[in-house]
Amino acid sequence: MKNQRSGLVYSAPITLWLTLLFVVPTLIVIVYSFLKKGTYGGVEWIFSANGYNFFSSSYFLKVVWNTVEISVAATVITVLIAIPVALYIATSKYKNFLLFLIIVPFWTNFLIRIYSWIALLGNNGLLNKLFIKLGLEPHQFLYNKSAVILVSVYAYLPYAILPLYSAIEKFDFAMIDAARDLGASKMTAYSKTFLPNIKPGIITATLFTFIPALGSYAIPKLVGGNNSQMLGNIIARELTITRNWPKAAAISTILTIVTVAFIFTLSKYDKDHKGGDV
Amino acid sequence: MNKKTFSLNMFILTLVFLYLPLIVLIVQSFNSGMGGDWDGFSLKWYDELFNHSARLWTSFKYSIIIALTSAGISTAIGTLGAISLKWYTFKHKKYLQIISYLPLVLPDIIMGVSLLILFTSIKFKLGLITIFLAHTTFNIPFVLFIVLSRLHDFDYSIVEAAYDLGATEKQALTKVVLPNLMPGIISGLLMSITLSLDDFVITFFVAGPGSSTLPLHIYSMIKFGVSPIINALSVILIAGTIALAMSTKKIQKYMV
Repeated sequence: MKNQRSGLVYSAPITLWLTLLFVVPTLIVIVYSFLKKGTYGGVEWIFSANGYNFFSSSYFLKVVWNTVEISVAATVITVLIAIPVALYIATSKYKNFLLFLIIVPFWTNFLIRIYSWIALLGNNGLLNKLFIKLGLEPHQFLYNKSAVILVSVYAYLPYAILPLYSAIEKFDFAMIDAARDLGASKMTAYSKTFLPNIKPGIITATLFTFIPALGSYAIPKLVGGNNSQMLGNIIARELTITRNWPKAAAISTILTIVTVAFIFTLSKYDKDHKGGDV
Repeated sequence: MNKKTFSLNMFILTLVFLYLPLIVLIVQSFNSGMGGDWDGFSLKWYDELFNHSARLWTSFKYSIIIALTSAGISTAIGTLGAISLKWYTFKHKKYLQIISYLPLVLPDIIMGVSLLILFTSIKFKLGLITIFLAHTTFNIPFVLFIVLSRLHDFDYSIVEAAYDLGATEKQALTKVVLPNLMPGIISGLLMSITLSLDDFVITFFVAGPGSSTLPLHIYSMIKFGVSPIINALSVILIAGTIALAMSTKKIQKYMV
């Protein structure tokens, strides 16, 4: 066996499929980002760097800032909640059942999960109906940055809990007792033994939260306001409404480069510091 | 042990956070009124959902067709790809590893945008076929990595034994490798079906007029505002997925 030809036969369909429908479209996007905008969408085959000239637009810079701010906040909050939750599950007698409880809500459709917050906190949502009943002024809870962050945390939490859980499960808690016996305070014991050992889990949890957050489209669209739109929303707008394809292509290209750079840096950091695989 | 109480409290708060909005949906779906006031128990929103929402059911049918076809094709392609990466050497191996890893980590919207630009520039009509192509594309890498992780525990000596006993390469694949790999292949298939049914962003870009999948239809309903029909639909979807997950768990137990 192990002849060259079978290797080629088995790998041919996947190579062809992903080349035609992943590599080629990605290259087309990069090429389009350097072309002139067509009048009714599309492009003209004339070189132009206009697609990239959004850095002079203050609106664009604001959206970049929103995207970074929302993604970082959502990631930090998600990971900070996920660590103690994963710790509790990993040290419990009923691990499987507790994990099951965390996963069940995520069997629901992604949009329904977003919608459930609109039904709860929206202008005509349950909470406002209650406010009116109690004689209080209704309040606009949604359509701002905090709402986008809240719903993002809700959407990504299990993706952070699962890798942290598998990292914590491998941790030997006797190390903490040992550190305590050697005179370390409780804080020191946790920060010098627990945290370094679960680092691969923290890195994966960060990746699983931060990257989808960077590319968010539906969450800011449905629960964000005018001042909390993210890059995904601008890409969609340039593509379908403004019909400035080179610009949409340029923003996509930059988002791709940023994501790849981010993954590369984190995985290199992980390796340099002798992390396990996840 | 106050570390333990802290993590217990966080766990309980998290459960409340995760379940509260869904419980509100479930309760509201049985409310005959439209809002916060409880106007009495009623199944009228379920009646609306089942008897007066034809377009929703059409989109549901499209979702199922696309999920099954794209999961089938991507499972076949991904499984063969995993076998090639695990046991064979070929010239473009490194290239294949990179192009099957990247789609997993890039944000969905990037694939949506690039496929839309591809289909439009070659004048390929947007519709169910483009959605099928897109779903198969994002499913293949997931199948590949699920099957590949199962292959790590695969005892290759049984394949060698088959060859020693005179099996041809095709016989070894169909009689030894595939049956033994079945649990991994089924996990890949189920994962693809789930991802396909749930996908919104990529579908949003590559769908054409009249080819709404269920998530696209839900999206257009949400944009119209709070609708009790969505509440009823959510309850059906939650119940359906839990039932499905339970039964596939059982099926998988028998398969292993």
